[in-house]
Amino acid sequence: MTQTHVFDVVIVGGGGAGLMAALNASRSAKTAVLSKLYPTRSHTGAAQGGIGAALGNLEEDHWEWHAFDTVKGSDYLGDQDAIEFMCREAVQAVYDLEHFGLPFSRTADGRIAQRPFGGHTNNLTKKPVRRSCYAADRTGHMILQTLYQQCIKNGINFYDEFQVLDLILSDGKAAGVVAVELATGELHVFHSKAVVFATGGHGRMWEITSNAYAYTGDGVAITLRNGIPAEDMEFFQFHPTGIYKLGILITEAVRGEGGILFNGKGERFMERYAPTIKDLASRDVISRAIYLEIKEGRGINGKDYVYLDVRPETVNKYAELDGRTRPDGTPYRVTAEEILSKIPDITDFCRTYLGVDPVKDPMPIQPTAHYAMGGIPTNKYGEVVVDDQGTVLPGLYAAGECACVSVHGANRLGTNSLVDLVVFGKYAGIKAAEYAKGADLPRLPADPDAGVRRQLDNLLNGSGRERAAQIGRELRKVMMDDVGVFRTEEGLKQAVEKVRELRERYKQVRVSDGGKIFNTELLNTWELGCLLDAALVTAVSALERKESRGAHAREDYPRRDDENWLKHTLAWLNEDGSVRLGYKPVVITQYAPKERVY
Amino acid sequence: MEVRMRIFRFNPEKDRKPHYDVFTVEAQPTDRVLDVLEWIRGDVDGTLAFRRSCAHGVCGSDAMRINGRNYLACKVLLRDLGTTEITVEPLLGLPVIKDLIVDMGPFFEHYKTVMPYLVNDELPADGKERLQSPEQRERFDDTTKCILCAACTTSCPSFWSNGQYVGPAAIVNAHRFIFDSRDQAAVERLEILNDQFGVWRCRTAFNCTEACPREIKITQAIAEVKRAIQTGRVE
Repeated sequence: MTQTHVFDVVIVGGGGAGLMAALNASRSAKTAVLSKLYPTRSHTGAAQGGIGAALGNLEEDHWEWHAFDTVKGSDYLGDQDAIEFMCREAVQAVYDLEHFGLPFSRTADGRIAQRPFGGHTNNLTKKPVRRSCYAADRTGHMILQTLYQQCIKNGINFYDEFQVLDLILSDGKAAGVVAVELATGELHVFHSKAVVFATGGHGRMWEITSNAYAYTGDGVAITLRNGIPAEDMEFFQFHPTGIYKLGILITEAVRGEGGILFNGKGERFMERYAPTIKDLASRDVISRAIYLEIKEGRGINGKDYVYLDVRPETVNKYAELDGRTRPDGTPYRVTAEEILSKIPDITDFCRTYLGVDPVKDPMPIQPTAHYAMGGIPTNKYGEVVVDDQGTVLPGLYAAGECACVSVHGANRLGTNSLVDLVVFGKYAGIKAAEYAKGADLPRLPADPDAGVRRQLDNLLNGSGRERAAQIGRELRKVMMDDVGVFRTEEGLKQAVEKVRELRERYKQVRVSDGGKIFNTELLNTWELGCLLDAALVTAVSALERKESRGAHAREDYPRRDDENWLKHTLAWLNEDGSVRLGYKPVVITQYAPKERVY
Repeated sequence: MEVRMRIFRFNPEKDRKPHYDVFTVEAQPTDRVLDVLEWIRGDVDGTLAFRRSCAHGVCGSDAMRINGRNYLACKVLLRDLGTTEITVEPLLGLPVIKDLIVDMGPFFEHYKTVMPYLVNDELPADGKERLQSPEQRERFDDTTKCILCAACTTSCPSFWSNGQYVGPAAIVNAHRFIFDSRDQAAVERLEILNDQFGVWRCRTAFNCTEACPREIKITQAIAEVKRAIQTGRVE
């Protein structure tokens, strides 16, 4: 029997964006958070280096500089009104987090500590600026814990380990969601006036990824299946420094603290690709540089990785060469102890997974699939927009990585994921509650969970000719090979064809576990279906975009083409598996597109 | 290398009592125990149930007993186990739901009882951050690392013998606020923990400290809370 619950606002996802939305919505609306994981397991907790905000605690900084850096980082694809809004709001958002109890690292005078991060600059000198507010190298962990703590304090209704499988629309408005309770296998309908998706990203479609297993694009897939487009899906960030083979993230903060990248010849190769900012260039720029070094045979021992070196002797040597100083003007010099205190978790990862001590040995790294710039289209209030005219779908909101506002455009700056989820999570929650206040409970369609039952039945009763695990492996391989850091027409065509084939084969999968209680096989297989849908839209959008911009680097179209491509992609997934593409203009306020040099 | 993985199995919809299944797996010495479990579920036996998410030791989903000790399955490499005979079992002291999945409900209920959130309604006049010196911040740094994986609480003999004991993880999270210079509810928390099911149940077995995948000095944190109750001072 399907149980029905009624709320004003239902939030899907218990990470940073979902919890921010919950804290804000619950002040005036009856709110529930549905999360397929215990909220503290969410991937926000894996964010390391910091949250960007122009507090100016250590040196001159302005939110306008943060905004320009974000626009430039986005390769001019970010919507500038939304970026200005986010960077201005970021300052208050960080103070709010501190007021909630977040244990930021501190400066000598007791203020929130800040460090340099890729692409964040003093706009006058073009040098790196200390803008990333951090708590050692576990800033995301602290944000997630702090927000969860506040949710407990405020008595938020949590439905933990409830996996949302569908969105309910009624008369063109959001009317709730359908979820399965993992512990019982029972379906639940959450009937509500407003729904906020905060479901995170979809990096699990790539072989080498920093993303959690849970990052399967559920929100994007569910909205696609309900006729809502996905925006800018071709833009997916590869973080330059993942642990070799494992993909586990090594934060940019390592380079913020003075770490240097070296190729197999011992050259600091970033000098050639970004002469001014070098190892702190934008992520897309560095990931491409690493690929090119490897392609030219300059990986370590000719293999497909390079070194990230944060040994004190290396840091000090290059800090001296670069003339780097501390805030008081003294030369920047570090000891092994200081480095370890700034990056304790990275040290732990290296020791655990590599048997390497980062202050004694360089770390083998390679680019790793990291962050979805694209996703469910929204405006700056988190309202989901469904076409190129800015038409809002009443009652539906999205925030965090699953959403595309777009503030990250073609490439996200480091620290801006946390800014995004705090700022837009907050506004999505506020706006959803406001909307719920003035809205009647929508009519619930007859049999709202029929579609979900059909999906699950298909998975349980397929022919069994195909295995989900094998389809997953083939998907991750083709996405890595052909929809990765560099792309070509031929590769993308191949990828589109392959993903279509995999989607067909997926219909022949049969889940072997017929039970109801914690049927993890059934849910993992359902998640694979989400990845396949998101992958198809990604590959088709990438094939069509005939230019190179930010994270979308086409070998056959190596230049950015503002004349034809200064626009957002919108992709609709039709029921027959075809993808329809449309476009909408980028919002430009005061930053005219120009060449992007670091 | 070839490993023999012996896994605790219990399906409440079919089994009257638990049993063990043995899987022989060809793996790399650098594979995580979690990688082997994933491979078994994906390619051999889809009915195997366990939780996991981040796969690198920060989300706390996959705490389980591996060769008799609590670990995160994603933080143990096969080569570090020193044997190719591996027994994997669910955490002790919490009800088993299915295979390696335990009911985390009682664990989170204990956590919630210690007021695990900052209490301080006074905001600085300028609206900016509250000030806190690096030394004040360092005072509670260790206990901010907790990921609520339950490895500590479910390794504690006192918790095994009486599940009403609030357990090490809850005390760690109380400590995190008691020793935060910005917080104003230390007295209330110390009162909560000065209870027959509070800190005095700790018999300093050190199991929790050994089990913690975040290397939090849990026994020390508990001792600091005990001392604060005895002296009435938070230092």
